Amino acid sequence: MVIYGTALLAFCHLAGLLLGDLLGSVIGVKANVGGVGFAMLMLISLRIYLHKRGLLPKETEAGVGFWGAIYIPVVVAMAAQQNVLVALKGGPVALLSAIGAALLCAGAIAAISRTGRDTTALPPVHHHEFVEEEDIVFIAGVSHA
Amino acid sequence: MLEMFNEVLAHNGLVTAFALVGAIMWLSAVLSRRLTFGRVHGSAIAIIIGLVLAYVGGTITGGEKGLADLSLFAGIGLMGGAMLRDFAIVATAFEVQVTEARKAGLIGAVSLFLGTLIPFIVGASIAWAFGYSDPVSMTTIGAGAITYIVGPVTGAAIGASSDVVALSIATGLIKAIIVMVATPFAAKFLGLKTPRSAMIFGGLAGTVSGVSAGLAATDRRLVPYGTLVAAFHTGLGCLLGPSLLFFATRALVA
Repeated sequence: MVIYGTALLAFCHLAGLLLGDLLGSVIGVKANVGGVGFAMLMLISLRIYLHKRGLLPKETEAGVGFWGAIYIPVVVAMAAQQNVLVALKGGPVALLSAIGAALLCAGAIAAISRTGRDTTALPPVHHHEFVEEEDIVFIAGVSHA
Repeated sequence: MLEMFNEVLAHNGLVTAFALVGAIMWLSAVLSRRLTFGRVHGSAIAIIIGLVLAYVGGTITGGEKGLADLSLFAGIGLMGGAMLRDFAIVATAFEVQVTEARKAGLIGAVSLFLGTLIPFIVGASIAWAFGYSDPVSMTTIGAGAITYIVGPVTGAAIGASSDVVALSIATGLIKAIIVMVATPFAAKFLGLKTPRSAMIFGGLAGTVSGVSAGLAATDRRLVPYGTLVAAFHTGLGCLLGPSLLFFATRALVA
C-alpha cells in the first residue's frame, strides 16, 4: 500500500527531527541539530533493511517516491515566500559568495581530476544509451536540487 | 463570478498552491527549452520565478512572507513551509543507491567534503566582510553557498532571520546557475571527460540541478556519475551545516 511508504517516510522524518532536537538540547543549542540529515540516513538504512527482506513492494516505494519528486516544486513554493525585498539589499554578498565558491571549486576539480590514476572510461555512444541517459537527466532534474 | 472564483481559490489554499506551482514549473520547462535550449535547467528558472513572485508579493503587501502574504496564495506558505519542505527533502534520500555510491569511491567522498567546506568558507567569509558578522548569519549564508537547500535548512535550524535565509537561497541559486551555464565552457579546464572526473565534479560543484544540467550540456554520458555523488550533497550539508560548521563558526567568531 502506498501509505506504508509515506508512513515510513513520516516515521523517519519525525524520528530524525526528534533526534536533532535531543542532540541540540544535549549540546546546549536552542535549535534542531542535523535532524533532516539524521532522517535521511535513517530512511537509507531502513530502505536497505526492508529491501533485503523483500518488504518493499513497488507501491510502498511509490509512497516515498512521490514526495521525492515533489521536492523541486516545494522548493519553488519556498522561494515564493522568501523576503526577497530585504535580500536584494544585500546583493553583492550573494553574488560574490556564489562566484567565489564556484571559482575555488572549479580550481579544486581541475587539480583533483588531474592527480592520481584515472582508470575509468565511458562506454561508446549508442543511440539506445543516449535515450536512457536523457531519461536520467530528466529524473535527476525533477527530483533533486 | 470573479468573486466566487477568488473565494474557491482562497478556501482551498494548498490546492491552489499546487496548481500555481505546477503552472510555474510548466512555464519554466517551456522557457528552458525555447529560450535557453535546455542549458538553464527548468527548475532553476522556476525558482527564479518563485523569487520574483516573492518580490511582487512583498512589494504589494509589505509583509515578510512574499507571495504567501496575499490571502489568495496563502497555501504557498503551507506548501513551501518547513514541514513539507523537510518531508520532501528526506524523501530524496530514498533514491540514493548505496552500491553505486560505493563505486564512486574515496575520491568522490573527498570531493564531497571539499565541496561542502570550500563554498561554506567562501560564503561565510564574504558574509562576514559585508557585515553579517554574527555566527548564525555567517553559517546560513555559508551554507547557502553549498546548495540553496542547505542554506534555508541550516538557517531554520539555527534561527536565522528571513532576509538572511533569502540571501542564502540567492547565493545557492546563483552558484547553481553558474555551474549550469559555465560547465560546458570550462569542461576542458576541469578535465571533465571520464566517470571519475564526473564524480569529482559532482562532489565539488554541488547542487544536483547544476551538476546534471552542466554535465548534460557537456557530455550526456557523464550525467549519472556526477549526479550520483551530488545526490549526497544536500544530505551532508544539512547534517554538517547546523552542527559542525555552525559550532566551528561560532567558536571562531564569538
